[in-house]
Amino acid sequence: MKRIVADPRKCLACRGCELACAMAHASTDDLARMIAEQASKPRIYIESAGGLAVPLQCRHCDDAPCVRVCPTSALSRQGPTAPVRSDQTKCIGCAFCVEACPFGVIRLAAARGSAVLGNGKVVLKCDLCETRVAQGLAPACVAACPVSALRFEDVDQGAKNARVRTAMAALAGFADGRE
Amino acid sequence: MAERQWRSIDIATNEIREYASKVGIETAWDRLEAQEPQCGFGKLGICCRNCLMGPCRIDPFGDGAREGICGATADTIVARNLLKHICAGSAAHSDHGREVIHALLLAAEGKSEAYKIRGRSKLYALADEFGIARDGRSDEAIAKDLALLLLGEFGRQEGTLLNLARAPEQQRKNWEAVGACPRGIDREIVTALHTTTVGVDNDPEHILMTCARAALADGWGGSMIASDVSDVLFGEPQPLRSRVNLGVLKEDEVNILVHGHEPTLSDVIVAAASDPELLALASAKGAKGINLAGICCTANEILMRHGVPIAGNFLQQELAVATGAVEVMLIDVQCVFPALAELQSCFHTKVVSTSPKARFPGAVHIEFHEDAAYETAKEIIRVAIENYPNRDRAKVKIPRVEEKLVAGFTTEVVHRILGGRYRPSYRPLNDGIQAGRLRGVAGVVGCNNPRFPVDNCHVELVKELIRNEVLVVQTGCSAIACAKAGLLTPEAAMKFAGKGLQEICRAVGIPPVLHVGSCVDNSRILTACAEMVKEGGIGTSFDKLPVAGAAPEWMSEKAIAIGMYFVASGIFVVIGQPLPVQGSPMVTEFLTKTMEKQFGATWAFEADPIKAARLMIDHIDRKRRELGLPGPMYEVPYAPKTAEEEPRARPEVLEAVGAGR
Repeated sequence: MKRIVADPRKCLACRGCELACAMAHASTDDLARMIAEQASKPRIYIESAGGLAVPLQCRHCDDAPCVRVCPTSALSRQGPTAPVRSDQTKCIGCAFCVEACPFGVIRLAAARGSAVLGNGKVVLKCDLCETRVAQGLAPACVAACPVSALRFEDVDQGAKNARVRTAMAALAGFADGRE
Repeated sequence: MAERQWRSIDIATNEIREYASKVGIETAWDRLEAQEPQCGFGKLGICCRNCLMGPCRIDPFGDGAREGICGATADTIVARNLLKHICAGSAAHSDHGREVIHALLLAAEGKSEAYKIRGRSKLYALADEFGIARDGRSDEAIAKDLALLLLGEFGRQEGTLLNLARAPEQQRKNWEAVGACPRGIDREIVTALHTTTVGVDNDPEHILMTCARAALADGWGGSMIASDVSDVLFGEPQPLRSRVNLGVLKEDEVNILVHGHEPTLSDVIVAAASDPELLALASAKGAKGINLAGICCTANEILMRHGVPIAGNFLQQELAVATGAVEVMLIDVQCVFPALAELQSCFHTKVVSTSPKARFPGAVHIEFHEDAAYETAKEIIRVAIENYPNRDRAKVKIPRVEEKLVAGFTTEVVHRILGGRYRPSYRPLNDGIQAGRLRGVAGVVGCNNPRFPVDNCHVELVKELIRNEVLVVQTGCSAIACAKAGLLTPEAAMKFAGKGLQEICRAVGIPPVLHVGSCVDNSRILTACAEMVKEGGIGTSFDKLPVAGAAPEWMSEKAIAIGMYFVASGIFVVIGQPLPVQGSPMVTEFLTKTMEKQFGATWAFEADPIKAARLMIDHIDRKRRELGLPGPMYEVPYAPKTAEEEPRARPEVLEAVGAGR
C-alpha cells in the first residue's frame, strides 16, 4: 500500500499542502470561495518541532485505533490494504477517534451533508485522495509540495530505497577506508 | 502543460511556441508549470513580510493565526500589500516620466544633438495651460521652463498636482471630499511606503484611501507628464499605418528589436537606423538593410510617432528571439524577462541592456545616457550589424504572420478627426453617445499573462464590446493583441462592430478600436474623458459617463496602479484574475462595492472575457439610464459575429484614414 511519506528536513512550512488538501475536498475550484466554505478544512497539518516543520496526516494504520473505537462504523476500511475511510453521514461527533488517534490527525469539523443536526461537527481526516489516486494522480498535498518534502510511495519500496542508500554510503566508506 | 492552457488565437505565437518546445527551449509557460501550484497565501494576499519578527501568515481557515505577531489582521495585511504594489506601479510610470523630462531639459539647453523639440503645438498648449510666457521667446526657453515646472511636480511639497486642474470641477470636488487629491508624485509614494512599515497605518480602510491617492499621483502625475513631455520632445502622434506580429522580422536584413518602455533611446535608434554610414556597414556585411521593430511599450512609443512595426507583445519576447532572426534585442526597463539572456546560448541574438537602472546577468551592457544618445544608438546598431554574419540560417524560423494596423490616436487627434481641422470638437462623439448610435466608450488595456492563453481574453472582450456599439480605446500589450487580430483597422468596423459604431467609423474613417499608445498613455484616456465631460451632455464628473475599463490578462504591479487610478477617477474597471486581496473579505468588499460611495466606481474581477464585457456593457447601460439617455439605436443580436463572416470593407473607408505614411 502506498502511503504519504514526509521528510521534515525538506519541509519549508509553506503550508501549500494544507491549501491543496482543502481545495481537493472542496465543492468549488475557486480559492477565494473555498476558504469561505465552512466545511473546507485541510486534513494535513504542519506542526513545528525543534526548529523543523513536520507535515502530519492520517497514517492509515493497519490496526487502526480509530476504526476500533468508532461506535457507528463511520470509520472503516474496505480491505487490509485500503485506506481508512470516514463517512460523515454516519458520524455522531462523539470524538472517540480523535482521542484514540496516536498522531492527533483526526479532527471534528463542520459537516458537509451529515446526519448531525445544527452546528454539530463530524469527523474529518485524510482519505488518501482516493478519487485522485484512482485517476492516476498523486494525493493533492504531495502534488502541491514545491520541495518534494511529501512523497507518495509504497512503504516497502521506501524501505528498500533506504537500504540502497545505506548500502551506497557503506560502500563509499569501504572505498575510502581501505586499499 | 496541457495544450488548451496556452493555445493562443495568435498563430504566430503557437507556431514558435511549439517549435521552442520541440527543440527544448524553455519559455515562460515551462517556468509557470514548474511554479505550479502557486502559493495560495500569495494569491490571497495574507502573507506579510514587512518586518522580520515575521514572516507572518493568516490562516485562511480561521483555525490558526488570525493576526500577525504585531497584531495586524488579514484586512490590514491585505490592504498594506496592495498599497506596496500600487507604489511600485506608480513609481515605474513616474520614473519613466522623469527620464523624459530630463531629455526635454537637455534639448532645451542645447546639450544634446539627438533631442529636438518636435511637438511645438503641444509645447505651446502646455505653456499656455501652465502660465508659461511665450511671447517672443524661443521654443527652447519655453521648453526649459516647462521641464523645470514639471520636474517640480515630483518633489512638490505644497498644494496638489497641477494636472488635477484638467479634471472636471465636479470630479475635483469628489476627490477633495474624500481627501484623495495627490500632492507631489514622489511624496505620495514615499509617504505611502512609510505607512506600510511595521506599526504605522493599520486601519485597512485608511490604507485603501492611501492606495487611491498613490495611484492618482500616477495617472494624473507621472504617467500624464510622461505622455505630455514625450509629445513635446518626440512629436505628437498622428494616425498612421503600420504592421504587427513576428512576420515583420526580415530574412535578409539586420533585425533589431527594442523592448521595454522608455522612448528616450528607442526614438533615437529610429533616427540612427537610417544613418548612411550604418546602412553602408550593413550592406558590407551582406544585409539588405536595417529592420527595426519593437516589443511591449517601447514599441508602442515608436509605433505611435514613427510607424515602426511591432514584433509582438509581452509573452512574445522570448518567441521573437526564438525565431533565430534577431541580431540585437535592445532592452531598457519594465516587463523584460531576465530569461532573455539565457536564450543567447541557443541563438546568435545579443541581448543589450541599456538602462543605468536595470542590469541583466549575461546581457551585453551598453549604458545609455541622454547626453550621448545618438552615439550610443549608433554603437548598439553597429553591434547588431556585426552580429548579422553570425546568424545561423538553419535556425531561422520567421512565421509568415503579420497584420495591418492603424495607430496614433491621442486626445488631441480625436478632437481633429471628429470635428475637422477648423472646428476640432468632441461634439460628434458626445452626440453619438447621446443619440444611442454609440453605447459608450471602453478602455481595454494591460498585459499578457501565461495563466491565460496569449491574447484570447483581450480579443474576445474587445470584439464583444464593439459588437455591442462600444467604441474601444487601447494601450500597451492589449492594443498589440487586438492589432494582431486585425481589430485596429477600419475594415474591422465592417466585420465586427455593431451597426451604430459602424456608421461612426465609416463617417469619420477610424477603426472601431483606437490605439492610444503605451501604458503611460493610459493618461490620454483620462484627458479624453475630461474632454467628453467638458463637451457636455453626458455628465459633470467621470463617474457619470457611460464608460468602463478592463485589463483582462493583467499581471504587472503597474496594472494595479492603473486600475486603481481609473477606479479612483470614477471609472468602473473589470480585471481578469482577481487582485491579491481575497484573503480579506473586508478589503474585497471595499474594492468591489464600497468604493462606489467614495469614488463613484468599483473594481470587478471576471476572468471570462464575454462575462467581463457583459459587466462593462451593463455598467454603461446603467450610466445611460441615470443620464436619461435612450437605449442603443440599433438592436444587437445576441450571437456574436464570427471572424469567418464575409468582410465588407469599403475602399473609401481605407482612404479615409488618409494620414498613413
